[in-house]
Order: sequence, then structure tokens, then C-alpha cells
Amino acid sequence: MEIPYTVTARPETGLFNAKAGIWLFLASEVMLFGALFTTYILLRIGAPEWPHGELDIPLATLNTAVLITSSITMVMSWASLMMKDFKKYRIYMGATFLLGVVFLVIKAFEYGHHFGIGELPNKSTFLGIYFTMTGLHGLHVVGGMIVNAYFWGPGSKMWKTQPERFTNRVEVAGLYWHFVDLVWIFLFPVLYLL
Amino acid sequence: METANPQEIKKHVRTYITVFVALLTLTIITVTVSYLHLNIPAAITVALLIATIKGSLVASYFMHLISEKKIIYATLVLTAVFFIALMWLPIFHHANPVIYKNVP
Amino acid sequence: MSTNNTTPVSVAAAPHVDYHHHEEPSFWRKYVFSPDHKVIGIQYGLTALFFLFFGFTLMMIMRWQLAYPEKAIPALQFVIPIAVIGLILLFLSKFKPSITMLMGFVFLGMAALVSYLTSGEERMPGGVMLPEFYNQLGAMHGTIMVFLGVVPLAVGAFGNYIMPLQIGAPDMAFPKLNMTSYWVYFIGGVTMLASFFVPGGAANSGWTSYAPLSVIATTGQTLWLIGMVFLITSSLLGSVNFIVTIIQLRAKGLTFMRLPFFVWAQFVTSFLLLLAFPPLEAAGVLQLMDRIAGTSFFMPAGLVVSGQQLPYTGGGSPLLWQHLFWFLAHPEVYVLILPALGIVAEIIANNSRKPLWGYKSLVFAVIFLGFMSFIVWAHHMFLTGMGTAISAFFQTTTMIISIPSVIILSVLFISLYGASLRFNTPMLFALAFLPMFGIGGLTGLPLGLAASDIPLHDTYYVIGHFHYVVAPGTIFGLFAGIYYWFPKFTGKAMNEKLGKIHFWGSFVCMNFIFFPMLIQGLAGVSRRLYDGGQQYAHAQGVLHLNEVTSVAAWVMALFQIVFIINLFLTLRKKEKVGDNYWEATTLEWSATTSPPLAHGNFATVPEVYRGPYEYSVPGHSKDYTPQNELVKA
Repeated sequence: MEIPYTVTARPETGLFNAKAGIWLFLASEVMLFGALFTTYILLRIGAPEWPHGELDIPLATLNTAVLITSSITMVMSWASLMMKDFKKYRIYMGATFLLGVVFLVIKAFEYGHHFGIGELPNKSTFLGIYFTMTGLHGLHVVGGMIVNAYFWGPGSKMWKTQPERFTNRVEVAGLYWHFVDLVWIFLFPVLYLL
Repeated sequence: METANPQEIKKHVRTYITVFVALLTLTIITVTVSYLHLNIPAAITVALLIATIKGSLVASYFMHLISEKKIIYATLVLTAVFFIALMWLPIFHHANPVIYKNVP
Repeated sequence: MSTNNTTPVSVAAAPHVDYHHHEEPSFWRKYVFSPDHKVIGIQYGLTALFFLFFGFTLMMIMRWQLAYPEKAIPALQFVIPIAVIGLILLFLSKFKPSITMLMGFVFLGMAALVSYLTSGEERMPGGVMLPEFYNQLGAMHGTIMVFLGVVPLAVGAFGNYIMPLQIGAPDMAFPKLNMTSYWVYFIGGVTMLASFFVPGGAANSGWTSYAPLSVIATTGQTLWLIGMVFLITSSLLGSVNFIVTIIQLRAKGLTFMRLPFFVWAQFVTSFLLLLAFPPLEAAGVLQLMDRIAGTSFFMPAGLVVSGQQLPYTGGGSPLLWQHLFWFLAHPEVYVLILPALGIVAEIIANNSRKPLWGYKSLVFAVIFLGFMSFIVWAHHMFLTGMGTAISAFFQTTTMIISIPSVIILSVLFISLYGASLRFNTPMLFALAFLPMFGIGGLTGLPLGLAASDIPLHDTYYVIGHFHYVVAPGTIFGLFAGIYYWFPKFTGKAMNEKLGKIHFWGSFVCMNFIFFPMLIQGLAGVSRRLYDGGQQYAHAQGVLHLNEVTSVAAWVMALFQIVFIINLFLTLRKKEKVGDNYWEATTLEWSATTSPPLAHGNFATVPEVYRGPYEYSVPGHSKDYTPQNELVKA
């Protein structure tokens, strides 16, 4: 007996399994980052002063743009599959992956700069929370990139045998990737601008 | 998005591009505002308002939350309630008279 | 645009890759890295039983220190019985590869581990326990029992094995993810055990790991945190899987209001795990940063230890850890109790041979309970000097949450009224659960009110209270589940006589262990004292109870040996019992064989026509009507 609703939706819920699964997973991620944001607020309220302008705003703005662009290429790769255009899918998915690389490279430059001038996590509460939040977000980016690379490369064989199931998988990977983008949308003003 | 025909998807694609442009514009706005050096409450309000709009755009259109199934809404509402509970934590923490007296 | 012609469609009929191959899988695929929820359930069960027994052994070693402080421990009296169990199991297995043989070796390994722990200059110089080592044992006893023993057994083992069967599903929704959860849990467990071997030993800041002590503790604490990150990840993956399975894979006709109560309990439990665990994961990461990168999230400025200023910039808050920890750990309490409640409800319905009284009240109570459990956490922190307004809020929510608990207990008690009960072993455990959980719950009320909590905080009263909930409460529920579902797991029924010896022995000993703790606590004896309170004048009157408790604990261990022997003797039995041994109505008994088919559980997809507990329906020929039985009018 095979597991039902891996491809088609269960009529009452209107969902296939993986979609229900990823949304539940994202719910738990909301609580994970929620705890970090609440920590940030708590520490900031308790701090006698909070540093401003220690971080590189132009570079972070560029990174925001990069991540937003990767979000649209991700959704385009899914849309290409919905239009049965596998070649375009490969291009968009490849672009999503590469934009992820660009994001991490820029982040590495930022980190390198801070380390270079001795701004280590233990120097202040602000730097501590900055490195923890962006570091954890970076790990999420890496995780998403591994998934995207798999669906770009070996995982895409499924398109030949089970195109709908493959499209579902890309949609689910996309939901995760957009969530990572969404977290950054909040991290950016909270850490850099305020 | 079970049975979407190519025509419909093309319409979606146009929406995605509009959202993308809106996201970039809002990013520029929020950065510009940050250089105005408003007072803190105003700056926080503006920055979080813009971030919320951007986040909602991503969630609504890229993540298709605008037309999602009931059960997902239910899960997210539940999560939102507990998320809000979590956000009260600083208030619980700082409403602690002992802490108030001893920490500057 | 769609020029790409690689699209053979008709996807609904496309074969699912793994499930269709019916040739015999390899040994590794079948027993070790199996995606089958039944195998994974048994893996969880055996691992969790190992950890429960190990955690219990740690406690027995601590109890020696409390009963006879400063006296050398007779290490062999702890090591030899464990080694003997191992040898008995090896002989029972006749040295043929089997679960019995594996567990034989595991017990021998545990004996070696215990002999390591009860020797060595840095733990027990001359056989006398060092206070530092007592702290390690305390922290690890709590951690192991909660995170490696009870939750994996209640959720990982019973949830995994029984829940898909009860909803008529062929497997969990994501079988490979399920396998991953188990192995991540396993790695977490190994990390925790390994922490005993690093310099300075295991974590020693209590299972709550309060900062700032935990931040400046020895290396064991780092391993504790890494282990916790693994365990939390495992729980998160598991809970996603559980919820999706319950939402998506229910058999035709099995509406939410026809779910067996056990499934409801697992459903609510999974939501608690899903939404409450991430904040602790975040807190764990923050504490790791404090320990490894030297940040000060939980460290206030100007901490001085032994005359030395600590190298932390400060600005953090120790209370933040408490908030984040209890945001998880209060829902966690309900994670511990709800699956056991589910098991007990199943068994009471089955053995009272009548429908549960007030099924709907039970369901709504458990949902409400789950919801409320998220907003009571700060009642663990009244002593931190919270403002009266915040205290009042958390006292109110705490009093409110006792209402659904009482509803659940009342429903189960009233279900007994007028029934002709079958007193088999699972039913005895289930019946004992009710008053024990009742004592546990009622002794909790004074702790939920700030005025009475402040004198009782961190005394043995607290230990007595929550152990009444989880030891004769949850653990009895889990034992009931093992006796009840063992015929389902193996097709063989456990020995009733040995089962009853196990029950009565455990029942009497449990009360001799935990009731004295309540008395000591009311006398003001603090918890976590390595000498049991000898140095305090106010403890002198109740010190003799330490010995009572300790002896009761050791006697109880002997009764657990009866259980272990019973378990493995039954495995050796040749005779099989019928598929529906207890004449139950739920799908796991009525729609499949014992044990269920390896592939897909059911020969034909079951369909459900009625509620879960239709026992003794008037006018029917037998006293139970299975959920999948279509009775002609």
C-alpha cells in the first residue's frame, strides 16, 4: 500500500502532504526566530545604550536586493514548471542558487570586516545578537541552497517520471526559501537600520 | 495551485514582477528613511511598518498565502497567538521590580 | 512555451518509488534504517526503555548518597544486578542474533557504564561521592528521564507505532523523515552519554540549566546543549510528521470526532512540541554562544567567581534563560502527561466495556489544556521577584488550566461508574494512574499560587509533586500501554501473574518513594542538597525519611527486573494470541493482524462507520462493535 496524497490533494483539506508539512515546519521556524527577536528586544530595552551605525548599510541593502531577487527567481522556477517549461526552470533555479552564493559571499565580506577590526561576538551584546541572528539565518540560507541544488541537479530526474510530484517539491522548497527571505526582511531593519 | 492553466500562470507571473518591484522600492524607502535619523519611536514605527508590508507581500504572493487552504490559516493563526505571547516576554521580564532596581 | 515534451502525465497512477517493491529488503533496511513506522516505533521504545532504566539507576546511586551521606557506596550492588540482567538476556537469546541478544549486550554495556560512574577519583574518591558528581547525577537524571526516556517512549514509540494504525494509515506521511527523527534522537542520546567522559564530567547545573551557573560550568554543559539541539530537532521533525499524518491520512469515514482519544492526545502533544520547542532551541543556541563565543546573553555585568572577575562584557539577563526555558518546559510537562492520558483512556474504555462518558468533553478539554499550557510558564518563576500584576496574571492562568485537567480526570472516573471492570494488568496500571495523577495535580495547586509557592519553591515538595505526575502518573500510563499493546507488537501476550507482581510492587514502592518527599518539602528541606539536608536544623526531624525513600527506590528496581524478564520471556513464547486480543473497537485491533503487515499495515484499506468506543451496544450479538464494522440494521 502506498502513502496517499503525496501528489494529489486530500479533498477535505485541499493539501498534499508535503505542503501541510512545510507550513507546520515554518510555523516552528516562526517560533525559533520569534524567540531570537524577543531576546533582541529584551536585551535592547535593558541596555543603557545601543550602538548605531556600526554595520555596513549599503552592503546590507545590496544583500536585501539579492535575496529579494532570489525569491522572484525561485517563484519563477516554479511557475516555469507549471507551464511545463523545464529548460526555463533550470535557468531560474540555477539563478536562485547563484544568488544564494552571492548573498553568502557578501555576508562573508561583512563578517570578515568585523573580525578584521576586532569586532567579535563577545565585544558587546549588540554584536553578540547580530552574529547569532545573522549566523542562524545564514545557516538557513545554506540549508535552502543545498535543497535547491539538489532539485536543480540530481533531484530533477523526477520531472521525467512524476512531473506533478516534482512541481510540488519545488513549490515546497520555494515556500522555505521565501520564508528565509521573509526573515531577512525583518532582520535587515532591526539590526542595520534601527 | 492544483489546476492552473498556463494562461493563469502568466497572469501570476505579472503579479510576481509587480511585487518584486514593490519590494525593491520599499527597501530603498526604508533605507532612505533611516538616513533621516528620525527620533527612535518614529524610526521603529516606520521601519517595522515597511518590513511588515514587505513581509506580507512575500507571504501573500510568493508563498500564495492570499489564496491558501483553511487548515494552513488555522495553523498560522495559532502560531501567531503564541508568537505574540513570546513577544510579551520582554514586558514580563522588565515588569520585574527587582530587576528594575538593580540594573541600570 | 511548453515545447518540452518530457511530460508523461497521469500522475495519480505513478508508482511510489519505495513502497511497491515487495522483495525482502536487506538486513540494514529492515531493522536499522527502516522507514517503517512500526520498526521505528520499536527502535524508539527500546532506546527509551534503556534510557529510563539508566536514568533510574543514576537516581538509585544518588539515593545512596542521600540515605547514607559520606559513606562509601557499595558499587557492586548496583553493577552486578544490571550485569546479571544482561547475562540472563544473553542466555534467553541462546546467543542467536535477536532483540533479546542486542538488549543483553546493551545491559552489559550499561553495567560497565555504571561501574565507571561509581568509581574514579574525580567522581567518588574512596567510594564516597563528591558533591560535584552528585550535581552531575541530578542534572543528567532529569535530562535523561524527560528528554531521552519518557517523551521518546510516549510519543516516539507509542505515537509512532499505534497512531497510524488507529487512523487506518499505511505508514506515517513522511517515512524517511520519521527514520531521520529517530537517528537524530539517537545521536542526541549518545552525545548526552558521552558527556560523562569529558573532563569535569557531565552537565551539573540541573536539568533546567539555569544561567549564569550553566554558562561557566564545565565542558559537559556544552555537550548537554549540543545534545539538546539534536533532541529538539528530532522532536520537531517528529511532530511535523505526526500532525500531517493525522490531518492527511485518516481512513475514509474517520472524522475528527471519531478519532480514538489516544490520537487526539498525540495530536495536541505534537502541536505543543512544534511550537514550544523552538524557543528552547534558540535559547540553547544563545547559551552555546555564551559558552563558546563568549557573548553575554545570559550574563550580567560584574560577575565575580572565587575572587576573579569573569571575562564577560555583561548586559545580558539570567532571567531571560528562565523565561525561554519555561516557555518550552511548561508545555513539556503536558507533553509528558497527555500521551499517557491517551493510553489510559483507551484502556479504561476497553476494560470497562462501555463507551467513555463524555468523549467530546474529553477532546475539548485536551485542546483547551494544550492551548493554555503556553501561557502559564512564569508560575515557575514567582520567586524571581516578578511584579504583583504579572504574578496575578500567571496565577490566574494556572488556576484556569487546572479546570481541563479536572475535566479529563472526572471523565475517566465517571466512565468507570456502573461498569463491570476487567482487572487485567494494563487496567490495573491505568486505574492506579488516576489517583496518582490526581495527587500529582492537587499537590501542584499550592505551587501555582505565589503566596504558597514562595515558601515551597525548590523544596522537596516540588520534587514530590512533579514526580507524582510523571512517575506513578505517566510511567504507569506507559507501562499500561506496554502491557496493553504488547500483543499488537508481537502477537504474544505478556504473563499476567508477573505483570500483577510488577504492578503491586511498583505501586506500593512509588508511594513510599514520593510521599515522604512531600513531607520533607513541607518541613522546608531544599532540593539538590547532596547530603539530603543534614546540615540544616529544620531538616533533622524528617531526615530519617531519606532512608525510607532510598530503600523503597531500590526495592522498586527489583520489581522492574520482573518486568524486564516478563518482557523477554514473552518474546520467546511460541503460542500466538488472536488478532484482537482485548476485543477492542479501534482500528489497530479490529482491522489488521497482530503484528500488522510489514508493508502498509492493512490488507485492505479500512473504512470507518462509527465512533471509537462502541462497547456493549444494546441489541448487538457481541459486546464490542469495531469502528470498521458495518452492522446491518
